[in-house]
Amino acid sequence: MAQMKFLCDADRCIECNACVTSCKNENEVPWGINRRRVVTIDDGEPGERSVSMACMHCTDAPCAAVCPVNCFYTTDDGVVLHNKDLCIGCGYCFYACPFGAPQYPRVGNFGSRGKMDKCTFCAGGPEQDGSPIEYEKYGANRLAEGKLPICAEVCSTRALLAGDGTVVAQIYQDRVARRGYGSGAWGWQTAYNETVETGTAPHRGD
Amino acid sequence: MSKPMARIHPRIRLVLAAIALVVFAFAAPVAAQAPHPDGPNAAAVKEQQLLQQNYLIQGRGTIADTRSYVVEQPLGRVWRLIQEVWLRWIGAVVILGVATLFAVLYFTLGPTRIEAGRSDRKIPRFKSFERVTHWMIAMSFTILALTGLNITFGRVLLLPLVGPQAFSWWSLLAKYAHAYASFPFVLGVVVLFLLWAKANIPTAVDIRWFKAGGGMVKHVHPPADKFNGGQKAYFWVAMLGTVGVAVSGVFLLFPFYWTNVMGMQISQLIHALIAVAFIALIIAHIYIGAVGLEGGWEAMASGEVDLNWAKQHHSLWVEREFGQGRNVAPPAGATPTPVA
Repeated sequence: MAQMKFLCDADRCIECNACVTSCKNENEVPWGINRRRVVTIDDGEPGERSVSMACMHCTDAPCAAVCPVNCFYTTDDGVVLHNKDLCIGCGYCFYACPFGAPQYPRVGNFGSRGKMDKCTFCAGGPEQDGSPIEYEKYGANRLAEGKLPICAEVCSTRALLAGDGTVVAQIYQDRVARRGYGSGAWGWQTAYNETVETGTAPHRGD
Repeated sequence: MSKPMARIHPRIRLVLAAIALVVFAFAAPVAAQAPHPDGPNAAAVKEQQLLQQNYLIQGRGTIADTRSYVVEQPLGRVWRLIQEVWLRWIGAVVILGVATLFAVLYFTLGPTRIEAGRSDRKIPRFKSFERVTHWMIAMSFTILALTGLNITFGRVLLLPLVGPQAFSWWSLLAKYAHAYASFPFVLGVVVLFLLWAKANIPTAVDIRWFKAGGGMVKHVHPPADKFNGGQKAYFWVAMLGTVGVAVSGVFLLFPFYWTNVMGMQISQLIHALIAVAFIALIIAHIYIGAVGLEGGWEAMASGEVDLNWAKQHHSLWVEREFGQGRNVAPPAGATPTPVA
């Protein structure tokens, strides 16, 4: 089975936010919840880079480990999903998540966050695939239709890659080898405990 | 038509030359920012470098939620390890350890008896306001302890027994109960602080009480005031513990108001570790109050204790109460003697 992963090639991301917008539209994500966002590091400085970040669908996910009610599960495709019927909105997954992926409908004073919402890799949730109730709770289930997540599909510079981990890692590796530089497969060490060996020669002045 | 420069007046040419010099002088630093030999991309920020410099990677975002500007915080994995392994081990060892210790104490030493036997006289120890406050704290602490333990141990102990739906329903209830039971708890502790802080100031008597082993050694009853050295130590530890759980708890009740994600992780850890110690302390308190000392329970139940119990455990307090002519209930059946 494929192990689904995201890889954002920060050297290609132009911070157009199409991934963010298309995600909100595709999944009818409510106000205040951002399953995906683009963060710019060293904004305005030479060498600034933008990274599109969402749930990385970690292997051995920290959110699943700390959830007091055990509402997370990993699909056969390596996608980390959760059951909103079980979620109690305690906020622990947000403290454990290295990528700030879990989102809540409300700020959460006195534990009033509401049910957690996060990127599903466009793979819906535990309800019947493609059912209206699944769409209402978790958004689109593109994976069940044989499609990849909308964010990666719309990416105009192909910075955001989604798919089987070995395939996207190979694409990134080839790119870096061809162009001679790469700022790294962001989050891969933390999420999957692996790095994409890019094998570029060290640059002068580094 | 020919040589247009030659037609410009020499003084104007001088001014133009001066302007050009100034422009180039300011332009010089720009020229110094020559492109990187390998192009601008080689100077780009790299994830691994950023992670070595800081515990998180933060940037600029375009959405209102400023928490989302943190793109990566690997410390979440450390927090997860503590939640999953350390906290469960520490909690289990400390709480079960103390519980076992007192169970052993009960079956070996047994409860401390009233040595002179019960008298037929009672002495008032705690007013009803004090007892109501105490039991308000006791009830809210029980709710807080059980619902708090549920967060750390429920998934392992209770979830397999009741199933995911029932456990989720109970945990949601427990989460809100925990948030709201904190208020009567803290209010009660503040009231007891105001009522009892003065009587709990340590004195030289308490040092002697501790040196004598606090009466745990049989047949030795070091003098003590209304509260003995052990009770005073318990009082102040419980006060400190309350401050600890209350302050860290406020951070958790209002997430991200005053701190970032690492602050939330630390608040939760402080809250959980103090809570574990607090639960162990309360187990000791319940044992001594309800089981370990014969006659001790009545102090918080009816508010009146047996006079012999009071003489045994709080001799100085009894002397002072008598000296001040406080109301000591006469023996049953006694008729008051009219004072001439």
